[in-house]
Amino acid sequence: MARKSHVQTTINGETVEFLCESRQSLLEVLRDELHLTGAKEGCNNGNCGACSVILDGRLVNSCLVLGVETEGKSVETIEGLAEPDKLHPIQDAFLENAALQCGICTPGFIMSAKALLDSNPNPTEHEIRYWLAGNLCRCTGYDKIVKAVLDVAKETSA
Amino acid sequence: METEKKEYKVIGTRPIRHDGVDKVTGRALYGADFQMTGLLHGRVLRSPHAHARIVSIDTSRAEAYPGVKGVVTAKDLPEAEDRVADLGEGAVNLKYLCDNILASDKVLYKGHAVAAVAATSPHIAEEACTLIDVEYEVLPPVLEVRQAMEADAPLLHDTLKTTSMGETADEPSNVASHIQHQLGDPDKGFAEADIIVERDFVTGTVHQGYIEPHNATAHFNQDGQLTIWCSTQGAFTVREQVAEILQYPISKIKVVPMEIGGGFGGKISVYIKPVAAMLAKKTGKPVKVLMNRADVFEGTGPTPASYVRVKMGATKDGKITAAEAYLAFEAGAYPGAPVGPGAMCIFAPYSIENVIIDGYDVVVNKPKTAPYRAPGAPNAAFGSETVVDELAEKLDIDPLEFRLINGAKEGDRRADGPVHPRIGCIETVEAAKAHPHYTAPNGKKHHGRGVASGYWFNIGLESSVTINVNSDGTINLIEGSTDIGGTRASIAMQAAEVLGIPAESVNPSVVDTNSVGYTAVTGGSRTTYATGYAAYEAAQEVKQKMIARAAKLWEVDEANVQFADGEFSSINGKEEQISFRDLCAQLGQTGGPVVGSGTVNPGGAGGAYATHVVDVAVDEETGKVEVLRYTAVQDAGRAIHPSYVEGQIQGGAVQGIGWALNEEYIYNDEGTMTNASFLDYRMPTCLDLPMIDAVIVEVPNPGHPYGVRGVGEVPIVPPMAAIANAIYDAIGIRMTELPMSPDRLLKAMGKI
Repeated sequence: MARKSHVQTTINGETVEFLCESRQSLLEVLRDELHLTGAKEGCNNGNCGACSVILDGRLVNSCLVLGVETEGKSVETIEGLAEPDKLHPIQDAFLENAALQCGICTPGFIMSAKALLDSNPNPTEHEIRYWLAGNLCRCTGYDKIVKAVLDVAKETSA
Repeated sequence: METEKKEYKVIGTRPIRHDGVDKVTGRALYGADFQMTGLLHGRVLRSPHAHARIVSIDTSRAEAYPGVKGVVTAKDLPEAEDRVADLGEGAVNLKYLCDNILASDKVLYKGHAVAAVAATSPHIAEEACTLIDVEYEVLPPVLEVRQAMEADAPLLHDTLKTTSMGETADEPSNVASHIQHQLGDPDKGFAEADIIVERDFVTGTVHQGYIEPHNATAHFNQDGQLTIWCSTQGAFTVREQVAEILQYPISKIKVVPMEIGGGFGGKISVYIKPVAAMLAKKTGKPVKVLMNRADVFEGTGPTPASYVRVKMGATKDGKITAAEAYLAFEAGAYPGAPVGPGAMCIFAPYSIENVIIDGYDVVVNKPKTAPYRAPGAPNAAFGSETVVDELAEKLDIDPLEFRLINGAKEGDRRADGPVHPRIGCIETVEAAKAHPHYTAPNGKKHHGRGVASGYWFNIGLESSVTINVNSDGTINLIEGSTDIGGTRASIAMQAAEVLGIPAESVNPSVVDTNSVGYTAVTGGSRTTYATGYAAYEAAQEVKQKMIARAAKLWEVDEANVQFADGEFSSINGKEEQISFRDLCAQLGQTGGPVVGSGTVNPGGAGGAYATHVVDVAVDEETGKVEVLRYTAVQDAGRAIHPSYVEGQIQGGAVQGIGWALNEEYIYNDEGTMTNASFLDYRMPTCLDLPMIDAVIVEVPNPGHPYGVRGVGEVPIVPPMAAIANAIYDAIGIRMTELPMSPDRLLKAMGKI
């Protein structure tokens, strides 16, 4: 068996230490070692975005990042978004707009939308569609997802 | 039946779905998220060949690999009988069912499961799979339906013989069955026509494309109790299929449905669930088996590729006089293509007196097909709706007007027999015609507009619901329908309507097979209809029991208690009133808890119709088709939660857009799918699409207390033909092959 490495990183603001094999992706570490199963595996090769997390402020597919690469970095996952008594505005907008059906892609879309709105709080519909094109949803036809993100942008800029 | 237009308090509103917070916070647990102490990880070895005889399998090197705890092959399955079992989704031949789980004598498609390993980590299991030595005798594959039907085609099954209208042929064939439906006198009908259009069509193999791969975790207790945690469209059908495959009593199997990440018909058949159970039995440990994306493309049911020929005739004034269809569908490796449903749906939007339809179910060396949203109907409608468009064009009649002249209505007979009850076919065409989209200017060069209609019959089947009343005026609603798109909400809302309480006062739970009455799959557009119906019945029982409690409290006769707007009141004498909520607080002293149950197997599912309008732009240089504007009109009967009805319409339309423009399995000559990833199998992204305007028409279904019709499937039926018709409008070329990808457009335009 491959020898495991010790990694120290920050996840959702908390210092976290874990052991992982070099070949384990960040997605595997989050799900199998740390039991943060909000990030989902849809393709494991960077094409569906269901495993989207934010790494040092940058949106990544966690299936394409190795666990050991997160040493000393900061990871934001869907589990860290809501406050104890209140959802994040993007989460609220997804619920209000019925922007999910089966929900498997939802954590990825929300993290992706957060990365967009963090850098561009008032995107156009086209900018939203361009940015979210790395996330696949097979249920909704994207209509209500795009509208949910437009709603958050409208509220933030109002 | 309360089918007249009336005001409802809960139905038609848009509450937040009950499982919403879990799903936006990442807390909802899907099948792959399941964890258990001592869990082993399973991995399936799959065939590298599309068609081969298995000479030998040697698992000894894999078994000796450190970390491996068990290996299984078809030898570990009980001997499968060559008999037919009904597993809640139609009849299935058990030998075929078992051979699709783990191949015994032959592999019939690239990706066919051959063996499986359980190990202490998924990586070790994967490595061990490479140490299993399988010797194959490679056979020539047959990869296309018309080739497979030829007399000298390589045979997949030595024992498969064509069944044609009750008769079985003597010689083996790849044609499993031939069906025929006839209505009136087609020859006479075509003789009466002033114009006849006939064309043939080809559609590719496409996948449901759910984002969550298949998964299963199984555990055998020492007392023989088997538990399976998995994502499925139907926990009870998993129980039945696993029981048949493993020859194990259903009473010893508990299936726990986890949240499911999409299905669209593709998560009804079992693949790795029995394998997980076999590995759990062999190792004595819980085993989790996950598919990767390539496994999903290559090892689970796509929907068939098909060859379709359609001929229709009409008079000068636009009346269709006759229609003929020839449908040949690829079943994949084992019989069971949805050619029957295709034949039921193909001409259903029209009132036609003379019809003949022939359908063929044909095996080829591709994965066994599985249902995909209105299975069979889109393939058929691509042909018929294109021919209808051409008839209208040649007669110089507006295509929607042509549909109004010929539209199906109550009392018309479908070619396969049933007479339409109240349906909303014409209403969807009228709404499309009245929509601003249809009259908006669209005259730019290489821009075009197309329309098409579609039909899906919907199904009923068994559902069970139990309602437990809480002392604070809320109810717990227990159901067996896995929730793929908001059905907890649409079922809860129907119970809430009966009891005059808000949707938020219902706590719906989807539970395991030991904890609720039998419930058929979430499929066939049946869940809001049938499980909603069961919830209605359960709530009615609660209401009656609560009336009895109020009567006891007031010492009056039950007949003197009425219930309206969430209030019980005494009539005929005593002036008493109590709200549902306040009465709930008094259950203890009036006789104990109140529980209501509803079980149904309703026959009046009521068919659903849709009419779509699409604008496209064709790029003459690249052959790329861009969807500029899309309007999808659909009869929902009664939209319980309009947002999720719109969601079904939008999602179905977009799957249809993908099928129309991009999606197909691309095979090489050896029968290997060369695009088994989400990078190369191109499903639409949000950048490929405009907003999808979903228009709900409500023609209440007389077969449901609130008029509900299933809405999930019909929206995928019209898009392919609507887009083909729009392309014709843009560039004057009839596209007859799916997908209408850039290379095919360029070829059709004579550019390559």
